Amino acid sequence: MSVDLDTWEIVVGLEVHAELATRTKLFCSAVNEFGGEPNTNIDPLTLGLPGSLPVLNEHAVELAIRVGLALGSEVSPSSFARKNYFYPDLPKDYQISQFDRPINVGGSLELPSGKVIGIERAHLEEDTGKSTHVGGGGRIHDAGYSTIDYNRAGVPLLEIVGRPDIRNADEARAYVTELRSILVAVGASDGKMEEGSMRVDCNVSVRRRGDDELGTRCEIKNVNSLRSLGRAIEYEAARQVDLIEAGERVQQQTRHWNEDDGRTHKLRSKEEADDYRYFPEPDLVELDPGAEWIERVRAAMPVLPAARRHRLAETTGSELEQTALVVERGLDELCLAAIEAGADPVRVLTHAEHNLSDERSLKLDPEQFAELVKMETGGQLTATQAKTVLSEMVEGAGSPADIAAAHGFEAMDNSELESLVDGLIESNPTEWQRFCEGDAKITGFFVGQVMKATKGQADGKAVTALLNTRKG
Amino acid sequence: MSDEQHSPNAVDPSAIETAAAVRSGDLSAVEVLETSLTRIEEREGEIHAFNLVLAEEARETARRVDDAVAGGADPGALAGVPVALKDNLCTKGVETTCSSRILEGWKPPYDATVVQRLAAAGAVMVGKTNLDEFAMGSSTENSAFGPTHNPHDLSKVPGGSSGGSAAAVAAGFATLALGSDTGGSIRQPAALCGVVGMKPTYGLVSRLGLIAFGSSLDQIGPFSNSVADAALLLEVMGGHDPGDSTSLDTEVPAVSTHLDDGVSGMRVGLISEMMGEGIAPDVAARTRAAAECLAAAGAIVEEVSVPAVVYGLSAYYLVAPAEASSNLARYDGVRYGMRVEAPTVGEMIEATRTAGFGDEVKRRIMLGTYALSAGYYDAFYGKALKVRTLIRGDFDAAYGNFDVLLSPTSPSTAFDMGSKTADPLSMYLNDLCTIPSNLAGHPAMSVPFGRGGDGLPVGVQVLAPALGEVPMFRTAAVLEAAAREEARS
Amino acid sequence: MTEQSSPITAAEVTKVAKLARLTLTDAELERFTHQLGDILGHAADIEALDLTDVEPMARPIPLTNVFRPDEPGEPLDRDDVLSVAPAVEDNQFRVPPSLGEDS
Repeated sequence: MSVDLDTWEIVVGLEVHAELATRTKLFCSAVNEFGGEPNTNIDPLTLGLPGSLPVLNEHAVELAIRVGLALGSEVSPSSFARKNYFYPDLPKDYQISQFDRPINVGGSLELPSGKVIGIERAHLEEDTGKSTHVGGGGRIHDAGYSTIDYNRAGVPLLEIVGRPDIRNADEARAYVTELRSILVAVGASDGKMEEGSMRVDCNVSVRRRGDDELGTRCEIKNVNSLRSLGRAIEYEAARQVDLIEAGERVQQQTRHWNEDDGRTHKLRSKEEADDYRYFPEPDLVELDPGAEWIERVRAAMPVLPAARRHRLAETTGSELEQTALVVERGLDELCLAAIEAGADPVRVLTHAEHNLSDERSLKLDPEQFAELVKMETGGQLTATQAKTVLSEMVEGAGSPADIAAAHGFEAMDNSELESLVDGLIESNPTEWQRFCEGDAKITGFFVGQVMKATKGQADGKAVTALLNTRKG
Repeated sequence: MSDEQHSPNAVDPSAIETAAAVRSGDLSAVEVLETSLTRIEEREGEIHAFNLVLAEEARETARRVDDAVAGGADPGALAGVPVALKDNLCTKGVETTCSSRILEGWKPPYDATVVQRLAAAGAVMVGKTNLDEFAMGSSTENSAFGPTHNPHDLSKVPGGSSGGSAAAVAAGFATLALGSDTGGSIRQPAALCGVVGMKPTYGLVSRLGLIAFGSSLDQIGPFSNSVADAALLLEVMGGHDPGDSTSLDTEVPAVSTHLDDGVSGMRVGLISEMMGEGIAPDVAARTRAAAECLAAAGAIVEEVSVPAVVYGLSAYYLVAPAEASSNLARYDGVRYGMRVEAPTVGEMIEATRTAGFGDEVKRRIMLGTYALSAGYYDAFYGKALKVRTLIRGDFDAAYGNFDVLLSPTSPSTAFDMGSKTADPLSMYLNDLCTIPSNLAGHPAMSVPFGRGGDGLPVGVQVLAPALGEVPMFRTAAVLEAAAREEARS
Repeated sequence: MTEQSSPITAAEVTKVAKLARLTLTDAELERFTHQLGDILGHAADIEALDLTDVEPMARPIPLTNVFRPDEPGEPLDRDDVLSVAPAVEDNQFRVPPSLGEDS
């Protein structure tokens, strides 16, 4: 199934729940960690024991402020509310969340493409426990049971609600990737989707191109990877288009993405939705970080991915999108330092983009990286040799000059190449004749022979140039 | 009869006297305790003040107190004083039920902050007292484990919801007791049982470990035979607790040191709205007598109107149930307490709650759920929160002219058991005079002030602004002295 | 009180009971509807007030910024906790399945 994008427009808004990287939970001193033994990170509040009371974790607020500032939100006076619904994973059978007064109001996020996605709000709330369904043969008398682990209950979440500014699966993936980079950059979350540190709910609707009004949306849950996110959006958009084209109406629903069959399935319709009976949480007080705290956090903020991309693009004179991968890998500082040390900006960016995927690349010495690029642009190393040297530098083998020497790359000077090429012309008169008659394809033969003879150390471009000189 | 025998004001040593004697070694905590336990043995069968008597644990504690004294250590300000705890206060390893089937058998893994503070002060916890289920009621008849009887007349209710604590102190089972007050649950039973009962300023006493009913209204407070003992108990258990976000980070007002300051020159306002319709004539008469006696002691006493208090009852019966509907959601049969098995988890939760809660609890949960639900929030809950603002505003205006206010505590003396159980609204009307202080977060206390036409105790309520405990206790001390004087003559 | 119609209907009580996870018998439904009607009827006095310009008071004492440090405390003992649980399996709380039920 795919949507005819000439006729239809897909509209997506994402709600991302990010677990904050605190040591303890949002309202109590039980430990916040992934993968502990079941029911070990528990205290009276975690289990919703009678008489337990919440007290807000200051560091969770600090992290929320960092994200707010990173997204350009208005960090605002806020308060907590109870969202009431019965659910075995929810120990108090209400969730403490922020309702009408979130801590972060408004904001935006810039994708690597330069497109800006609006942010509605980003508010603090507590996570639920985790239940596992066990057994059951599918028959009614053998329905199995569920077990519940409350280690995750009460872990601080920041729910980041994006505006419906996303128009396709690629943008959705780019948004989540970018948001993850920001969360990691400010130290707010480890951003691990595979561990559930980042969970995405996805609102999808479709409308005919040119329509101003948004179509009826469905909310898709259980999107646990970037791949699922893209697939779920594409499936759901196609499902909605099919419905409309068949003369039916899209109903507002919560749907569940099933990775195995690649479909979304109805969980509940809007009319069946719980009445959450929000009301102000009487056990907690007002939260007002105030200008001083906010400014202190702002002063300590790192440079964010979007700004880093812009800086790298400007310095290297390349397209914004070309810098995305390099910044995502955190190599932009290295690149800028190497450029500062006199290396050619374009070569630096190219190496970082294509030849520095190894994590150890982050430890490269910028001076040595610059030296390598200079050797390359100075003709002492061919592109292929430079790549080889660089990969060994990443492995910690030493300076580029030493590595090149160890490989004997520097011995390959021009006179040696000349005699090699002259020898080939002499011993292959037929091929040389064809080259002189302008058969461009035969160039590869000579280059290949040279490479074979030099074990790949020669510079292909230099060989071609030499052949053209000899042709006269 | 035993009522006279155990009439607290006449016979029993106060908590202050007991603690002093135990600390000096003149009296053994074990002896003090045995007196309590003997009384419990004699009359608990007919009164039913306790859900659980902790005789052995108490003996152990009392022995430790005596050992400490013998070893030259000071066990603390409540050394050897027998204290009863309302059974909605968490006690580590000791059954805490809220007088509900749904929590029957549950043993908390932790102590409430107030319980820790009492233990640290050398108090001897003698038992967990009966209450209206989850503190919802004004007669202690809504207990899953049977009602408590008024020690002054067993055919009458002790008031509620802390009826067990009030009865325990009135019957001499314990020198002090703790209760919780959401809409009058300390003051009203104190009045009906003829003891002192006090609700502190919201936030003065930690709620950590108090099983919540209406979180924005609940406060733990003391029951005692004297104003001075209530002051001591407040000072021991009050004060900042970082485990309760709503706990005030201030010193507890120094009530004990100002008890004898008198009321000369103090301005006292008698609340007109609480002297007319709905108040029994004998109770109103005793309240006027209290006002006169304060005037005689040098206070400037006038009637004052606090108009918004008439809306207190309606606002309270929306706010408290709304919070309760949420606070009591956790009783779902999943983690602790009762479970009724069913094929699916949803059915299990519903079956458990249906079997585990009594009628009054169900009524209030439904009322609160309704007040919060979509389409009704603004008309009910939202409106009730605004009425709280009105009430506080009118109180503030009154406190611009008066140091404390005066009213009856309860509209009547203790009523017949069973007389109001079929008509919830008539039961709720008992809280008319006590509710406004909870809605405003203000302190208020009930002091015994003679008897009504039926010979049963009448309580007079002294109200004060937030953290106005000192003038409130000064006033209460003058009323107490006058009432004792009157009883002697 | 402006009119005699019941402030709450049996249908509304049924809905509220479902939201609150309570099952009512027919007799209970009738009784609770009547009693809740009485109480809500009493609340008509505040329903009638015009409080447009009055701020709601959610908490009795206005406090701001009460925090705890991000430091771990002593956890509860799992065995203690599970020993009072209604049903346990593999150190977890066991509940019946949620077949076809919404959360």
